Amino acid sequence: MTPQPTNSNTRPKTLMLVASGGGHWVELIRLRPAFEGHRQVYVTTTTGYESDVEGHAYHVVPDANRWNKLRLMWLVVRLLFLLLRVRPDVIVSTGAAPGYLAMRMGKWFGARAVWVDSIANVEELSLSGQMAGKCADLWLTQWEHLTTPQGPHCQGAVL
Amino acid sequence: MIFVTVGTQLAFDRMVLTVDQWAQQQGRGDVVAQIGFEAKRPSHIQWVEHMSPQECERHVSECELLVAHAGTGSIFSAMQHRKPIIIMPRRASLGEHRNEHQLATAKHFAAKAHVIVAWDEQELVDYLSHPEKVKVGTDFTPYAEPSLTQAIRAFIDGGV
Repeated sequence: MTPQPTNSNTRPKTLMLVASGGGHWVELIRLRPAFEGHRQVYVTTTTGYESDVEGHAYHVVPDANRWNKLRLMWLVVRLLFLLLRVRPDVIVSTGAAPGYLAMRMGKWFGARAVWVDSIANVEELSLSGQMAGKCADLWLTQWEHLTTPQGPHCQGAVL
Repeated sequence: MIFVTVGTQLAFDRMVLTVDQWAQQQGRGDVVAQIGFEAKRPSHIQWVEHMSPQECERHVSECELLVAHAGTGSIFSAMQHRKPIIIMPRRASLGEHRNEHQLATAKHFAAKAHVIVAWDEQELVDYLSHPEKVKVGTDFTPYAEPSLTQAIRAFIDGGV
């Protein structure tokens, strides 16, 4: 008889899954087979997608960018609160700015981070995607021609 | 009903007003448009600035034809509801977006999923007048390519 693998690495982990509303969200939920068996906490920028992820936690954060400082600060506060409460092992984001910030701040608490740059970014990585390269442990583009030896890498697309 | 959507944020007057003018000429009273904020007002078709995701989904599910900017959200939505869609890329050169990524998105979806692209206003009018040319995008799975989900799954499982 083959002994059962005693690999503690496959214990269920807590995942924080972050995507802004619109295309980013659709791309994130298309990745769901990667999340099965783990505790999934979804974070987005609008209400209305709850039914896509029934049975999982769902949080809304402000949609901010670096041009709106006040909203950005509010976003940082909300993310900090969520990160402290959820304590994710892994953060996965398909963009945009809130996902990048969640990853960057999540690193302070020891989370590992996956960035999947949106399939919409065909000619160059998004700005968030470029910045994500500095803090993502797995840094992916969906376009082979945007890969470089130093990353991002390409493992396929959401379509 | 024909549903026109500019996506979540920016106005896209060139597309909306082209449909508006066409609908007026054709006497179509069943066109609904989500036009974005600070958009030029259509004179003929019904419009709203903003829709919640549920409202947008409902309109997609009820429409016979979707006309949308070349945003991935709109394209995926049409494919999931198996609706014919015409996409029109926003052009940064006309101040319709920050960069030209929608041109590339449109090219990609045209090649990979046979989505119909109206590259300019005239093409949009042609497709509106000949909706039989607009087919539903190719068979569509609800999930990403397995290579991608497996890579992410391996990463998640791999850490301590």
